[in-house]
Amino acid sequence: MLYNIKRDHARFRNIVKGKIKENLKKYVTHGEMIGRKGKEQVTIPIPQIEIPRFRFGDKDSGGVGQGDGEPGDPLGQGEPQPGEGEAGNQAGDHQLEVDLTLQELAEILGEQLELPKIEPRGHKTLKSKVDKYTSISHQGPNSLRHFKRTFRETLRRQISSGVYNPEKPVIVPIRSDMRYRSWKSDVRHENNAVIIYMMDVSGSMGDEQKEIVRTEAFWIDTWLRSQYKGIETRYIIHDATAREVDEETFFKTRESGGTLISSAYKLCQKIIETDYPPSEWNIYPFHFSDGDNWSGEDTKLCLELLEKQLLHETNVFCYGQVESRYGSGQFYKDLKEHFGEKHDSVILSKVENKEGILQSIKDFLGKGK
Amino acid sequence: MSRGSGTEFTSSDLTPELARVRDEIQGYARGYGLDCFEVIFEMVDAEQINSLAALGGFPVRYPHWRFGMDYDQLSKGYTWGLQKIYEMVINTDPSYAYLMKANSMVDQKTVMAHVYGHVDFFKNNIWFSKTNRKMLDTMANHAVRIRDYMDRYGQDTVENFIDRCLALEDLIDPFLPFVGTKSKDPKEEGDGAATGARGRLKTDRQYMDKYINPPEFLEEQKRKAEDQARKARRYPSEPMKDVLAFLLENAPLEDWEYDVLSIVRDEAYYFAPQWQTKIMNEGWASYWHSKIMTQKALKDSEVIDFADAHAGTLAMAPGRINPYKVGIELFRDIEDRWNRGRFGKEWDECDNMVERDRWDRKLGLGRQKIFEVRRVCNDVTFIDEYLTEEFVERFQLYTYGFNRRTNQYEIQDRDFKKVKEKLLFQISNRGQPMMYVTDGNYHNKGELLLWHRHQGIDLDGRWTRETMTALSEIWRRPVNVETEVDGQKKIYSFVDGEFTEKVL
Repeated sequence: MLYNIKRDHARFRNIVKGKIKENLKKYVTHGEMIGRKGKEQVTIPIPQIEIPRFRFGDKDSGGVGQGDGEPGDPLGQGEPQPGEGEAGNQAGDHQLEVDLTLQELAEILGEQLELPKIEPRGHKTLKSKVDKYTSISHQGPNSLRHFKRTFRETLRRQISSGVYNPEKPVIVPIRSDMRYRSWKSDVRHENNAVIIYMMDVSGSMGDEQKEIVRTEAFWIDTWLRSQYKGIETRYIIHDATAREVDEETFFKTRESGGTLISSAYKLCQKIIETDYPPSEWNIYPFHFSDGDNWSGEDTKLCLELLEKQLLHETNVFCYGQVESRYGSGQFYKDLKEHFGEKHDSVILSKVENKEGILQSIKDFLGKGK
Repeated sequence: MSRGSGTEFTSSDLTPELARVRDEIQGYARGYGLDCFEVIFEMVDAEQINSLAALGGFPVRYPHWRFGMDYDQLSKGYTWGLQKIYEMVINTDPSYAYLMKANSMVDQKTVMAHVYGHVDFFKNNIWFSKTNRKMLDTMANHAVRIRDYMDRYGQDTVENFIDRCLALEDLIDPFLPFVGTKSKDPKEEGDGAATGARGRLKTDRQYMDKYINPPEFLEEQKRKAEDQARKARRYPSEPMKDVLAFLLENAPLEDWEYDVLSIVRDEAYYFAPQWQTKIMNEGWASYWHSKIMTQKALKDSEVIDFADAHAGTLAMAPGRINPYKVGIELFRDIEDRWNRGRFGKEWDECDNMVERDRWDRKLGLGRQKIFEVRRVCNDVTFIDEYLTEEFVERFQLYTYGFNRRTNQYEIQDRDFKKVKEKLLFQISNRGQPMMYVTDGNYHNKGELLLWHRHQGIDLDGRWTRETMTALSEIWRRPVNVETEVDGQKKIYSFVDGEFTEKVL
């Protein structure tokens, strides 16, 4: 029975997502329910597909209601919904959309872009000991008593000894019936991962460019999170100097002035050295810039840093160049010249505008590293 | 941890305690004169009841996304604590009803009492008398057939066809099962022979002819004959409300399409009495759960919980009438009126308010009357017959409508006649437009003509077009709809993918 409905449910979700049966897309409506989660009001989207029918115009029909009020008074909250179904949609203060979980989003992303699952680097040196309550024992503290098992043991004993009376099903456990949950220690090898975002915030990076970076970072985050447990993120901004910031500052800061990309790479290097020994971590540096570096000298320094150190320590180094009116885009060319189009651990991508984001994500994550 | 019947539809036995409670409640129900099919109670969890509710109560239905849609809404509503299904029972013999595992004992009792009310109604209300009581098997059978077609012709193809059928699902005639097959009136046919040429009545006495067949009479007979000839040329000869049946007989369908359409039609007919008697059915069940619980089954410690749940069921929201509430109150009102003899000519003609207020003939006919009402009425006749001015006043019923100037719904009127009229309109034909097939060979080109019987409210333009598209894909020829827009008679046509409208 449940199998049945799950399949129908999956099919419905796929239609709503526009994956199958395009012809129904125009009938999808987005109703919502207002729910409560603790103090917050949450909006729960209820997508629906309306099957066309001969019907009256919504606003024409009206109906019969009950309660106080004079003719001409508005009906107020909980407006009538001609037809059946959705609850009202009055605005609340703190609304929060809870349609898709991040996990679901990541799945959709993975399916859409045909992203391969990430192969973690070979070393699983990070060990953690986990206690799991997976077994049953005869002794233990009362707090861990396993009610169902205990009950079953008692029942079994009483039935086999003929004490059990189905008319009066009273179960009295004795000492030897007691069962307790008990744990096993498990050593787990974990794959930890860190994403280090670097962004050029020099004068030439405008709001539109940052929006692109922000969107892309969100999706990269979502995807990597679906692949690794407990992912960490670090943020570096740079113009002529680099500094580490929190997420909010990362996306909002607008500096001006020159650009020394090497400063960011150095800082990234330092962060890895202090916090993320490459033998234990999967490391993903992402660098976004408009491709304008201060000087050829600095670019050389960058290449050297990459080749000598960063590339050995990271899973893959990603450089995303966001097109801007002011940037020359030289850095991309330099990297490409140096590493070639298909270097194993350097991925280059150009994002021309918002529409280019998906392709760029695919560039970055499509290799499964 | 939990093991066992989580994923299957198994007939799970009631616990000994619940079985005892069931017997007890059943005993009370019988004692009050309720006459039920055997009821099989199944214990289900929230997940299961949501799936079952999405499937209309049936454990097996054919695959279709709309069940998934309903499930989506039900399970979200449940997860966020916005709604919870209390009871569900299906109209079969024996009847199946579902009990939520997590419910408290007082809830289970209430649900059982409520269920016995419904089952008595299913068994005895005349509008249910033609329903298929083996629908559980029939639904499963439908599922097998449709799955088979899906295997053969592809899920998308079959599902798309079902989508189209569902667009027309409401175009049935719920009264049809009660009409019987329409036998041709032999008199009408023989009429021609008896009256001879052109409706002239035979007479042996020539001199009487001009008295027996005056010119006006002959004229009328002639007109009648022409009328009949025109009707005969038209097919169907009378407007036909069961559009689905017309399509089954006349649309160029593949065998499997024919079968799918007939499945959709069968299920629509099965469910029809439930929306024809929504108010009565819920009212009747609520009346009995309330009666059984408060007079017999309730323990002192359970009173608060019962009152809480009962009040929740009967709560009214503005702008919506709660069928449970209107139904139970109307049954109680009828019972009270027949107990005190507040009916008939004398009562109707009495306009002395004091006397009316004190009126009590001590007839005690109430109980008998409500059993009679539950046997013969449907919602329309129930409201039409028994909704009184006092009732409308006491329960503060009003009509509302949308005010385009203020862009909101507003209370319009508290006048008894208007409230009753609106309410009747809302429940007759499920509040949907009355559509008939009037011509299967329109324009003499095999086009289909539907007629919308206009009752003051226009059709929604967009949805009319969308539905016509679905219809044309079944009819495979142009389709037309005759209706009225802003008081102007119009014909919408859908020909080769294009919509046109013409003023008549």
